[in-house]
This record gives sequence, C-alpha cells and structure tokens, in this order.
Amino acid sequence: MLRRLLLTAAIALPMAVPATAETLKWATARDVYGLDPHAVTDSFTNIFTHHIYEPLVRYTADLKIEPALATKWEVIEPNRIRFTLREGVKFHGGETLDADDVIVSLTRAADPKSPLRGNLPGLKSVEKVDDLTVDVVMQGPTPLLNNYLTNIFILDSGWLEANGATAPIDASKGEEGHTTNNANGTGPFKLESRRPDALNVLVANADWWDTPAHNLTRIEHSPIASAATRVAALLSGEIDLIEPAPLQDAARIEAADGVRMLENPGLRSIMMGINMGPELVDGNVPGNPLADLRVRQALYHAINMDLIRDRIMRGKSRVTGSLIAPEVKGYTEAMDERLPYDLAKAKALLSEAGYPNGFAFNLNCPNDRYVNDEAICQAMASMLTQAGFQPRLVTEPRQIHFQKVDERKVDVFMLGWATLPMLDGFSVLSAMLASKEGSYGTFTPAGYSNAKVDELTKAIATEMDEDKRQAMMIEALMLAKDDIAWLPVHQQPLSWAARDSVDLPQAADDLVRLWYAQVKR
Amino acid sequence: MIGFLVRRIVQSVFVMLAVALIAFMMFRFMGDPVNSMVSENATVAERDEVRVRLGLDQPLYVQYARFVARAAQGDFGLSWRNARPVSSLLAERFPATAELVLVAAGLSLAVGIPLGILTALRPRAFSTQALQFISLVGISLPTFVTGILLILVFSVWLGWLPSYGRGTVVDVGWWSTGFLTLTGLKALILPSVMLCLFQLTLIMRLVRAEMMEVLRSDFIKFARARGLSDRAIHFHHALRNTLIPVITIFGLQLGGLIAFAIITETVFQWPGMGALFIQAVSFGDVPVMAAYLVLVSLIFVTINTIVDLLYVVLDPRLRVEGTRGAH
Repeated sequence: MLRRLLLTAAIALPMAVPATAETLKWATARDVYGLDPHAVTDSFTNIFTHHIYEPLVRYTADLKIEPALATKWEVIEPNRIRFTLREGVKFHGGETLDADDVIVSLTRAADPKSPLRGNLPGLKSVEKVDDLTVDVVMQGPTPLLNNYLTNIFILDSGWLEANGATAPIDASKGEEGHTTNNANGTGPFKLESRRPDALNVLVANADWWDTPAHNLTRIEHSPIASAATRVAALLSGEIDLIEPAPLQDAARIEAADGVRMLENPGLRSIMMGINMGPELVDGNVPGNPLADLRVRQALYHAINMDLIRDRIMRGKSRVTGSLIAPEVKGYTEAMDERLPYDLAKAKALLSEAGYPNGFAFNLNCPNDRYVNDEAICQAMASMLTQAGFQPRLVTEPRQIHFQKVDERKVDVFMLGWATLPMLDGFSVLSAMLASKEGSYGTFTPAGYSNAKVDELTKAIATEMDEDKRQAMMIEALMLAKDDIAWLPVHQQPLSWAARDSVDLPQAADDLVRLWYAQVKR
Repeated sequence: MIGFLVRRIVQSVFVMLAVALIAFMMFRFMGDPVNSMVSENATVAERDEVRVRLGLDQPLYVQYARFVARAAQGDFGLSWRNARPVSSLLAERFPATAELVLVAAGLSLAVGIPLGILTALRPRAFSTQALQFISLVGISLPTFVTGILLILVFSVWLGWLPSYGRGTVVDVGWWSTGFLTLTGLKALILPSVMLCLFQLTLIMRLVRAEMMEVLRSDFIKFARARGLSDRAIHFHHALRNTLIPVITIFGLQLGGLIAFAIITETVFQWPGMGALFIQAVSFGDVPVMAAYLVLVSLIFVTINTIVDLLYVVLDPRLRVEGTRGAH
C-alpha cells in the first residue's frame, strides 16, 4: 500500500506541482497515535487526521460550526435530525461519498468498543433516507449534536469493508487494523507516506470539494519530543512551525531573526478542585475543614494570581474567575469576577472557621500536563503557607495524578478543562459540577453536591431552545461559583512558534488547522 | 563449551523472567493508562470497561502470568498507545538503534584506542595533558548537555548538520538504513558523537593505563634488550596484551550504549527503540515497556555470553586453565 502510494506520488509529483510549490515543515512534541480517526480520543491525533478526513460539520478557524460533508440539517423530531450530504464529494481513493459511509462511520465511532464513543454519547441509530440523506436518531433531544459531530470523521464504507476494518480497533484483541497505517478521506490533504515517530508526509488534495484557503502543496510533519531540540530545529531553519513552543524559550525565539512566537490565551482553564468529603486524605485535624465555605474563601483570598501570571506565566496567561473561557457557550462576564487577593481576610476567615493555626492537607499537582503546572503549585504552596495553611505539595506525573483524582485521593488538586470537543458549558457542568451519578460527575470533587445545579444540568442536557439553555447554564455556573467547588486559576496561553513566512490562525482550542495556512517565500 | 552455552541459555531465560516480573511490579507505580486511552469526558463506567477489557482489573500475578504465557509464544500483544503489534513496533525501531550504537561503538574504538596509545607513549607531552583534561570533561558532563551543545553549535550556529531525525532512509527488506544516503549519514554524526563520548573517554583512559602497565613489564624490557624496533614493541607486543581487558570492558559497555541510547534518541528524535520506550513510559503503555525490557535484557545476556567466549579465545592462559579443568 505504502509502496504504491510512494510510487504514484513519485510519478504524479513532477507534473502536479505548480510553479509555487509550498512545503510546510511542522514539528510537534509527539507523533500521532495512529491514523484511524475512531481509535483514539487524543486531540492532537484528531486534528492531524482532520487534515485527511472530514466530519459532517466542522469548526472554522474562529471556532464557529459550519457545513462540511453535510450541507444542511433539520430537526424532524426532537431526537431525529436529518442531514443532507454534499453532492459529488470524492474520497482520495476515488469513491463517492454517500449515506452508507455516514452510517458506517457514526456507528463505528459510537461502538461500545470504540474509545471515541464518549464524544458521541446517546447515539441510537443512523438511518438512510436516500443516497444523500441520513437521519441521525438520538436517545433524547441532543442540543449539542452538531458540536459532537465536528469530531466524528467520515470514512468510506466500501474501503473499510474491503480492508476488513468496519469494526473499530480493539487494543485488547491483539490484531493490527488496516486503518492504523493507511488513510482514505475526503479532506484537503492526502497521506503520501508515514514513518512512525519520524516523518508523516501529506500532499494537497487537488480534487477537494472546498476552495482551499491554504497555498500548501505538501506538509512534512515530524515529531520532536525534546523541547530544546524542537526550538533548535526551528532556529536552524529545518522546521517552519513548532507546537508547542516551550514558554521558557519564548524570549530567545522572539530575539531570533525570521521566527516569531504565536501566543494567545487558550480555551483550557486551569482550576483547583477542593475535596469536600467527610475527611481529608492527608490532614492533621478531625473531619474536613475544606467542607466549610469560609475555609474555601480563605483559600481563594490567599492566592495572588497576578503574581503567578507575571512571574511564572511571563504575563501570558489570562487570570479568570470563571471555569470556562469566553469563547465557550455559557460564559458571562460576571463569572470572571475573582475574590481579591487579601492575606488579612484569608487569615481572618480561617480563624473565624475555627482554625487560627491552620491545618495540613495535600496540594496535588501534575508535573507534565499543563503549562508550568509544577511551578504554579509551588507558588501556591508558599502563598497558602503565608496565609496560615499547612499545604503538603505533591507533584506527580500525569498518569499517577489523574488516577488519584479518579479515586478522589486528593485534597486540593489541579485540573485543566477545555470543554473540547463540545465548546459548551454543559461539559463543565456534567463532568465537574454535577453530583457523581451515572455518566455525571466524573471529576466532581468529593462531597460536592448542589441539588439546584444537578437539576439545571439535567435540564440543559435536553433543552433545545438556545436562549433558555444559555440562561440555565449561566445560572448553574454562577451557583457553583458561589459554592467555590473549584478555585479558578487562569486560562493557560497557547504557545506556538513559526517562521515569519508562515501565516496561520491560532484558534483558542490549540489545534493546528493547516488548511488555513499560507506560506510566503 | 556446549555445557557452558546451555547453562547460559537457561540462565538468560531466568534473567528475562525476573526482569519481566520486576517490570510488572514497577508498572503498578506508573499510574493508570486508562486516562490516556479514553476521552477526557468519558464516564466512570466507560473507564472501568476499558480497564476490564485490558485485564487491568486482574491482580498483578495474573497479568504477569498472561504476559509470560503469550510472550512464550512470541506474542507481545498490541500497543495500547497506537494499537500496533509490539513486535513489529520493536522490529521497526531496531535498525535505527542498531545503526546508531554500531557507529558510536566503532567511533569509540577507532578514536579511543589510538588516543590511548598516544597518551601512554608520551605521558608528559602537553597534548597528553590536554587530552586527559578533555576526557575528564567528557566523562563528567551529562550526555544530554553535550547533545544540546552539539545541536547548538553544529545545527543552529553553523547550520552544517541536522538537529533531529535520521535524514532520508532507504528500506533494504525490513531493515531501514541511513547508511545509503548523504542526509542519512549526516544525521548520524551528532547523535553518534554524543553517544560515543563516554565510551571513547573510558576506552582511551583504559588503554592508556593498561599500556603504561604493560610497557613496564619484564617481557617488554626483554624485547627492548633483543633490539626490536619501538614500532614492533609498541604495536605488536604491548598493544596486543593491552587489548584483552579493553575488549572485555568494551563488550560489557556495549549494553550500556544501548541503554544510553535512550537519552540520545530522545534528544535527537532518533526513531529507535529507546525513544519508543520513553513514549511508552509517558503513556503507561505496559505491553511495549515489558517487551522492551525483556528484549534489552536478552541483548545484555547475549553480549555477556559472547564476551565470556571471546575472553577464552583471546587469552591463552585461560584456555590452558580451561582445558586443564576439563581433564
């Protein structure tokens, strides 16, 4: 397969390449896990395969939903949505897009064995109306259906069948899937070759149904794990675009000729969860003082976020009082109001709650997940100590940190949430604020439960009226804000670096969309 | 001889079993790979289901027994990170590591031995003092620092050599080689220099010490008395006797090169087994980690066995004792 691809490319290239052959060399911290878009939930793998495959509807560079493989959609019944497919769309292998492809792809993604099914919850069935029309039937009204669908890519049914790949890949089975190393999509780029952990080559799809906003003919993607090497490769001119660019090298990149940093606040909001269960994991007092609202307020007042922004984040983070970024539905400015930094007030609240000498608890942080995660927690630990708390700093690799968060073996813990791929406040409400029950409350801190928030969250899940939904989300998020279930930290900055000749939008979701990239030489 | 080999093979099986067991005991402290495998907003039930499917809900000894039983049939399972067979992942990465280690080992011998001889023959020369000092730096600098320095000088400032990757590789059967293209050869230079630096200084110092020792011995004095030329004495008599311990140490260090390659491969994004292992660790990809550790222990055991055999071949004294023992 690969050899055939290479051969066709070798024959086709000299003729197909126009006078302005623009190659973009792109380096990221790691390689894609595989090319099967339904096999992993990793957001980088997803955006990489998005260059090859396409969903029914897609996000634009400024994160608005627009038609892609579907041209329109209408609500037939509250839980039945009819999608009309774009006519004449061809896969890279020459197959024509039709209803069967959509049925097979959505079913494959939502299969119980597919890790991606969490991204398309509540799919009941997909029914064919005619060759270019499908009905997506959900278990109930699903206001976020289109948001979910931006992340579910369409594969060709005949190609899947011919390669025995109709069922999703099951890592516990021990069989390699054809789709892991081969790709056949409808997207703006075609796979030319792939060498895992070394080089992935994409070439522009001349037969793309859309008018390209890019001027690339070829993308060469190399994973470079070491941050220092990645920066060196950019500075030496071997690479045109790196993502992420380490924040500590930003000054060096800015100072170098011909390259620049791309920095914007990202969607990912960092926050500290607070254990409100009956007991502390690692305390020195009976019961759990953190369950007292006054103690949580004291925590809030004790943290000087402006200092953390200026000293640790080089002024690039956006300090927030909200758990969601302004781009996310459900946000309102009132959410961004923070309790001010006030050491005296923190101490007073702590005494009032009956802990004038403070108390011990764990401050749990990952050290390899978020931008400067460990440094932020070190700063917080010393700020909290100043206010009279006795935090015990625990920093661990992400695998261990999140396992502890899962098991609620944490007291005050760091978590980041980008609401991806939904871009909707419901994501925060259902996963982090609703009481732990069924599919709700996967990350909700121990002991937190607000009946009104639960009620609103459940109503939001099925409310199809956009305005009502928005109002309910704001109400629920403001209630949780007053409870201080989570202590907001900041929106972490996106940090890419590129040659001056490369022009591309930096969307807040931190995903590289090269079908908007322009290269000038 | 055959008895020795059989004993070694039995030993190596036990070594590999032990390595796998220790590996499995460590994996418990690695955290939960399920978090990397499901979507961020997956529910608790979905997470548990994945755990059950992968057998992570089973006690440790069951997981270990399953691994050993399948490994005995040559089946190392599928990587959890990218759903590809572990054996083909390792086979794909092996040529890169092998070529890198081969070049680094060759460099350390080709440069280390002459330098060792030079410094032994002229112990008081300025060049010797300088080399001794530089070798001290080479031994004490952490390799990743030298790697980054090399990149800074030769890639960023001078722009002569690539800072990452293998360049263009050519597939010869299943073996992907960088030896056949110019970019491939250029890409080899910096990583192999970084990797060989420690070995090189070690060999140089060892050769120097051994050589000086040998030059003081009686048979050299006797050779001089016979009126042999310096050249014959140094290279025929002294060097041959110097090399026996050097070969032993070199063989043992070859395993070390493969282990150190992890750092070199990470710094230079060299797509070898070490880089694969590091990624597996950060993901919690147990099948890949286990297979890698077992494979490396196999390589270690094999090299040690070969060195032991070579030792007997090279040192006539051992051979005589060996045959005497066999009587």
